[in-house]
Amino acid sequence: MSAVILTARHALGRVVEGLALVAHDGFSARYDLDRIAGVFSRPTHALAGQSYVDRILVLDTAKGGVATAWMLHEMQSRGVVPRAIVLNTVNPILAQGAAFGGVTLLAGFDVDVTAAVAHGATLRLDPARRTLEVLAAPG
Amino acid sequence: MRLNDEEQALLAGAAGEAVRRAIEHQIAVGDFFGAADFVPVTQAHVMADTESLGEAGVAWLEQLSAGPHAPPQVRVPTITDPRGTDFARAAELGQAEWMLALERRAIAAFRRLGVTMTDTCIHYQTIAAPTRGEHVAFGDTGVVSFSNSVCGARSNFEGGPSAIAAALTGRTPRYGFHLDAQRQATLRLRTDWTPATLDDWGALGALVGRHAGHYWQVPVLEGLERPPSSDELKHFAAAMASFGSTALFHLVGVTPEAGRLADVGGERLPLAARFGLDEVRALRRSWAGDGGVDVVVFSAPQLSLFELRTLAGLCEGRRFVRPLLAVTSPQVKPESDRLGFTAAIEGAGGSVLSGMCFYQSYAREIALARGWRRLVTNSAKLVNILGGYGYAPVLRSMAACVEAAETGVVA
Repeated sequence: MSAVILTARHALGRVVEGLALVAHDGFSARYDLDRIAGVFSRPTHALAGQSYVDRILVLDTAKGGVATAWMLHEMQSRGVVPRAIVLNTVNPILAQGAAFGGVTLLAGFDVDVTAAVAHGATLRLDPARRTLEVLAAPG
Repeated sequence: MRLNDEEQALLAGAAGEAVRRAIEHQIAVGDFFGAADFVPVTQAHVMADTESLGEAGVAWLEQLSAGPHAPPQVRVPTITDPRGTDFARAAELGQAEWMLALERRAIAAFRRLGVTMTDTCIHYQTIAAPTRGEHVAFGDTGVVSFSNSVCGARSNFEGGPSAIAAALTGRTPRYGFHLDAQRQATLRLRTDWTPATLDDWGALGALVGRHAGHYWQVPVLEGLERPPSSDELKHFAAAMASFGSTALFHLVGVTPEAGRLADVGGERLPLAARFGLDEVRALRRSWAGDGGVDVVVFSAPQLSLFELRTLAGLCEGRRFVRPLLAVTSPQVKPESDRLGFTAAIEGAGGSVLSGMCFYQSYAREIALARGWRRLVTNSAKLVNILGGYGYAPVLRSMAACVEAAETGVVA
């Protein structure tokens, strides 16, 4: 029995499990990522220098930049893509991009998800049930 | 989502596989946001530079536009955001042939779909401003923010795949800023300072956007001492959308839905923040630079004819020691040529580029190819974006940017 199960108001994609990268920063594929190296490249981002590949990103909100809608698809094609994205608030671009790129997306919780989930925790996301489950604390 | 008979038929494949996949994508997005149904749109605007698309996106476009028989055709007038290059100046930018080849493939695919290649993020200034209450499917965050707020049109941010879907189906899910309730103000702000220059307007937009913080906030701003011009609102809207993902704002007594504060529900909101010159100065200090300049860029958004006119005047009698790039639309460039603005800018050593936008044109690769890191611009949006592309950007007025190109030092 896990200690934490959060329910999202918005969800799409498939069931995934993975390690969480957590920060109370925003997210834009255009603004924040080196999409070739697969790392956060914006120097002022809390996750700067960290690899996002196959991680579940737990961040505050989607930032401007319509390019993310294409970029998730392009990153998926090269296997240099987050496994899932979890946000407190989402904009249409992230939803469109996740639907187009096949990236699981959950957004909108009754708590600040970036405070409720520990960096490095193991998560299970079930979009059909709209749930985020913490399977294990940071190792 | 509730579908009418026509939408049921599209989902069943009556208009072909491409349209079936388009409406299926739209239903997934609509369901995500709880849309009740679709709303017809009159126009679509597609953001699709090839740096974003990559090989995978271009191949997807080619597959979409190939079709088993005749290619599917857009149902409403559909135009494009800036491309990833100005083909005539690609060598000057240090762009490689593979980038141009991707662009050519994408353009060919768009043409097969019936898309009009306008290649601009300022079409509300150059082609057709949307009207109040008009439902559209626009890409480019600055375009949406300006169209919603200044023109009173109704659009959500429509990324490339969704804008193409809207173009093929002639509709979009009815959620977000298509709904009356979502257009009321949610955040009341006041400015004690009225910007004077375009970069000032961008800085104020950045402050508002950063404070708003996310897409669903609708800021209403009081305190401006004069109505802004079209170009000032362009920089203001683009910066706000960039920093805050803001798609709709109201200026009391200026924008069409906010003749009075009460018209957008603002009188019921507490004042959340005040902005003044101190906040603007603090914002500028966060991009201080080291005093050196590698390149000066005017882009994001593309320049209007009036901006080029001002820039041309500033260039007279100067000789630049650093590259100065001024980026405009394919609609404005011929007029700039005809009126002598291009000659004045290029006579000083600058370059007037057309149909692209600097950050949508492989900015990271350009930085490596040309050795450009210290970039000076009057666009707050560009400053916000390029930090992630390896640049050390600095925000200055247009006049100070021109000085920097001439001296090699930013004051």
